[in-house]
Amino acid sequence: MAVSTETAPPDATAGAGGRAPRPRRRKGGWRTALTFWYFVGPFLAGLLVFTYIPVLWSAYLSFFDARNTVTPLPEDFVGFGNYVRMLQDAAFTDSLVTFTVFAAFIVPLTFACSLGLALLLNRVRLMRAFFRSVFFLPFACSYVVASLVWKMSIFNGVRYGMANSVLDLFGIEDVPWLFDPSPPWYWLVIVSLRLWIQCGFYMILFIAALQQIPEHLYEAAYVDGAKPGWQTFWHITLPQLRATSVAVLMLILIAAYQAFDEFYNLIGNQAYARPPLMYLYTTALGTQQDLGRGSAGALILALIIAIVTVLQGRFLGFGNAEEK
Amino acid sequence: MSPTTARSKPVGYRPGAGSKGANAAVFTVLAVLAVLFLIPFYLILRNAFATDAEITAPEWMWFSPDPAWGNLQRLFDDPAVPMARSMLNSAVVAVLTTVGTLFLCTTAGYGLARVPWRHANKVFYLVLATLMIPGAITFVPSFVMVSSLGWLSDYRGLIIPGLFSGFAAFLCRQYFLGFPRELEEAARVDGLSHWGAFWRIVIPNSGSFLAAIAVITFVGAWNSFLWPLVIGRSPDSWTVQVALSTFLTAQTVSLSQLFAAALVAILPLVFVFLFLQRFLVQGVAQTGLKG
Repeated sequence: MAVSTETAPPDATAGAGGRAPRPRRRKGGWRTALTFWYFVGPFLAGLLVFTYIPVLWSAYLSFFDARNTVTPLPEDFVGFGNYVRMLQDAAFTDSLVTFTVFAAFIVPLTFACSLGLALLLNRVRLMRAFFRSVFFLPFACSYVVASLVWKMSIFNGVRYGMANSVLDLFGIEDVPWLFDPSPPWYWLVIVSLRLWIQCGFYMILFIAALQQIPEHLYEAAYVDGAKPGWQTFWHITLPQLRATSVAVLMLILIAAYQAFDEFYNLIGNQAYARPPLMYLYTTALGTQQDLGRGSAGALILALIIAIVTVLQGRFLGFGNAEEK
Repeated sequence: MSPTTARSKPVGYRPGAGSKGANAAVFTVLAVLAVLFLIPFYLILRNAFATDAEITAPEWMWFSPDPAWGNLQRLFDDPAVPMARSMLNSAVVAVLTTVGTLFLCTTAGYGLARVPWRHANKVFYLVLATLMIPGAITFVPSFVMVSSLGWLSDYRGLIIPGLFSGFAAFLCRQYFLGFPRELEEAARVDGLSHWGAFWRIVIPNSGSFLAAIAVITFVGAWNSFLWPLVIGRSPDSWTVQVALSTFLTAQTVSLSQLFAAALVAILPLVFVFLFLQRFLVQGVAQTGLKG
């Protein structure tokens, strides 16, 4: 834990400029430059080849009719055609709706559950390490393995499935969880799966943050007559967790935006429950291999997430909260 | 750490104390939740060692009365199921990704943190900018690159594009900024170069940070699905996640085999969790600071 507090970036960019004075060595010396490139060169070369060039190349492709090719001919230039078709495509806009519904479920639920688990663990004395391990263990499971269990054993929609066996105890008819879009029970399957995997992860972050809250705040609250429990939680614990809460909300949202594995394995490429990445995958790498349109889609999605990140930072005072 | 420790506590103040009843309630809630959280693991175990007829029986069965231990053996013997091959692929990919990421990102992070070159900040902004782009969305551009390099269905395509994690480099830089400078300066006075100080002084004294980064990278690489799915076109190059997904969606194997395969696929990480959890927890706490 000690390490993690040391590395806490007060602000990603502040460290770069306003650091303690450098050693006397002349900054422009070619030997310093050489040493720098020893260390950073291989990484930076990789970053250029596998991030910067592909993104630029993709941006170029997005203006061409590039099906099954990464080097389109000049006459295949379509201008903003791919973007226009993308935004007019109901499947693309539907995927954004799917993501919005998914996020509306998963973001508050994950936040509440992981914070709840952290608070409970913080209070319990007996077997604390055991409980922490149990809640964290699902993080070892890939989304593929979890999808397998959810689809073939818990929510398989037939009589021997676990969920239906439980419903059976109450005399309720079998529910075809995943295979019938109305009523949309598949959301229960998808949301519970992701909740199971990621709660423990965010719980760890909250536990670390809870341990940072200075004890004297609680003492002062006690002296001032605050009732332990809800009042203390609302006026001390929650405000003290502000920076972590904002970071966790952001991480959950960005992870939800990139959801693919469980949708692919639970439902596949159906007309319903198709998140943005699923749409991108089938467009760019399906039978059509439409890399032009796929690239346009990737750029639109990247732009959306960048805007959301910046806006969230603005509204919630991300950087300021971290500085504390 | 806090000056308050020297002061006396307010009278009657008992941190975290509750009534006996409240404590028992908290414990009970946690115990129930723990059981719920373990159910999926239980189901994998139960189904991996049962016959298909037992799994699909209408009566609920807690455990097979006659466990089919041979299921695992049959899974690896079945020539139609590339289980051993996919486990090998996953192991190679996860280990090399971890080693490569550690090497590239620690050196880059150290260079950015400690070598006072005039333009170091500009390079750092190039790295920071990549943090804005979520990794999964770049799979289309990366696919374009990898396919034109001819690396489809190839270890190179599976591993190399994943090594240059801007985020890992960023974490390493932050860590090295906090590394005690005196240790390195002593080494420099003794005539070691930056490179020498890095390998002889800094790396050997950063064990637990490196273990945390390594474990979190390994878990991520082992469980990753979208990129191996995009790259692994031929069954020979499937990682275990892609193989499992194919068994699941194409329904080419029996139910009990499916769960036996799931069991095999999670075993390495369950061991990581059992023996390296300290580093994993630390790694998660570091990753979460991304913000």
